[in-house]
Amino acid sequence: MASPAPTHSEPTSLLARVLDSDVFYSYRKSPVTVVASIVLAGLILAAVLAPLIAPYNPFDPSSLNLMDGYTAPLSDSMMGNYFVLGTDHQGRDVLSTILYGSRVSLFVGISATLFAMVLGVTLGLFAGYRGKTTDAIIMRIADIQLTFPAILIALLIFGFARGIIPPAQQESAAVWVLIFAIGLSNWAQFARTVRGATMVERQKEYVAAARIMGVHPVMILVKHILPNVTGPVLVIATIGLALAIIEEATLSFLGVGVPPTQPSLGTLIRIGQQFLFSGEWWILFFPAVTLVLLALSVNLLGDWLRDALNPRLRQ
Amino acid sequence: MSAPLLDVKNLSVAFDVSKPWLNRMIERQDKLFLKAVDNVSFSINKGETFALVGESGSGKSTIARLIVGLLGPSSGDVLFEGKSLSAGLEGAEARRLRRRFQMIFQDPFASLNPRWHVGDIIAEPLRVFRTETGAKRRERVAELLSLVGLSPEDAARFPHQFSGGQRQRVAIARALAANPDFIVCDEPTSALDVSVQAQILNLMKDLQRQLGLTYLFISHDLSVVRHMADRIGVLYLGRLAEVADAKTLFTARQHPYTRMLLDAVPDLEMTGRTRKPVEGEIPSPLDPPSGCAFNPRCPLANARCRTERPELREYGPTWAACHAVEEGRDKTV
Repeated sequence: MASPAPTHSEPTSLLARVLDSDVFYSYRKSPVTVVASIVLAGLILAAVLAPLIAPYNPFDPSSLNLMDGYTAPLSDSMMGNYFVLGTDHQGRDVLSTILYGSRVSLFVGISATLFAMVLGVTLGLFAGYRGKTTDAIIMRIADIQLTFPAILIALLIFGFARGIIPPAQQESAAVWVLIFAIGLSNWAQFARTVRGATMVERQKEYVAAARIMGVHPVMILVKHILPNVTGPVLVIATIGLALAIIEEATLSFLGVGVPPTQPSLGTLIRIGQQFLFSGEWWILFFPAVTLVLLALSVNLLGDWLRDALNPRLRQ
Repeated sequence: MSAPLLDVKNLSVAFDVSKPWLNRMIERQDKLFLKAVDNVSFSINKGETFALVGESGSGKSTIARLIVGLLGPSSGDVLFEGKSLSAGLEGAEARRLRRRFQMIFQDPFASLNPRWHVGDIIAEPLRVFRTETGAKRRERVAELLSLVGLSPEDAARFPHQFSGGQRQRVAIARALAANPDFIVCDEPTSALDVSVQAQILNLMKDLQRQLGLTYLFISHDLSVVRHMADRIGVLYLGRLAEVADAKTLFTARQHPYTRMLLDAVPDLEMTGRTRKPVEGEIPSPLDPPSGCAFNPRCPLANARCRTERPELREYGPTWAACHAVEEGRDKTV
């Protein structure tokens, strides 16, 4: 009475399986996504390799010359140095500041999103699985937080941190405070999504089977439920990354973000906008374009991911 | 008859289905309880198959979940070899007892984690109960897969690569992994095609014979129950209406509800018996009828049935909860 064993594809190498998957197929069929991913990969690579590929070190005061200031793009300065994207008022090469700036922006954005993800997923799993009072408390906090703009929450946390951290360490702690503030202002989205998915999975019989065996609830959450709720988390994380980068830029633009010694794209835009009306447009324009490209490509990837992982469009 | 393996004593459970506190305060309503299982007692002997049958909403699955400990009873007790399960299982004792009972679920598409390899799914009890490790565990998984009629290579596949019947075989392999004595089967075939149902049922019967398993078999399908069960309990609205040996139930049924159910089964043997459709619906368990729960649908109901609740009593070979049987009124119909 042996039933015939399924005869289709044997497990092959990881690369072959990726190239063969539905997700890769939908990736190949979407030129916008391909372009967005190439742009994003280029930006990330440039940011990571900044110390190697930047033509100047914009944060080495000894290499700066005020006489290089306000050089237009694609031209030589008064000192005879060539600048592709021009220089700012202190004679810093705009291209190099952008490379170093996107490094800071990406680091803060990715770290903050990871922090928000870990916090949100943990609380969401817990709320969805335990239900009742635990759920009510966690989700009401999330609801309250979602009624405020994320930027306001980040500002509040940032202000608190300023008050707590001694002035001597404020400079070095600023990036971490920023990550903490942005992360804490974005966890609620993760928690909501994961809670909903967890409440669905919790009812499934494979969870009941594990409970009958006496598997510890934490193990059920981590090994059974978590793998089944990661799809939407990936999508929110991607879109959240774009939001976090913009949030960081906004905070830095307002002057409460990263310290002036480590300018991010937001800091560069703040500096640049002072010169917009005096004709030196490039100081603002190029960092702004970089920020737009970065946020746009991450967002487009997130959009595609949401469609590609949508269970209704699959199978 | 030896001592029963499983003893269910006066088991009751009520679910709180009240509206949220704020709504109750504003609408001036009391708390609302749904009595899903009401004072149910039965026992299952080692090696036999006890079937619970009833319409949907009669509390079959709730009883299954109470026995395996997914739900806690409001009152009553479940004794496994004389040890109480509802008192709360802790520590090593719990691990030892849990190893001995397992459950097979209705929906083989939900009972296997879609992200796990079949091998990991079957090995889960081995890992949890730390019975086998490493190469021995893989051996045992291969052995179990062969036992349920799958191939050992299937361990590397995912559940979605299997059909419903094959998945149910995987679920059976998982249930058997830690060598349990007692398996609760909650409608194990109702999600399957009729042709596959028979395969799975025969597999379960073969395994019972080979491994000396005891089943609690829950179903709404009388033909399946007839094939599987040694003894049958008929549930109605969370109460036991009749308990009897399978043969007795199908030949000398007592309770009018059992008769109604059996008369509705299509007459495949062509004995010329007219098939009567089941009349009416199961009443809302939120507002059960007074007296005997079956009285609004019962052709034999009288004033006593509408006020006094019948108890399960022995009538020859069967146990029934019915005033009409007690008074002999049923013989006149």
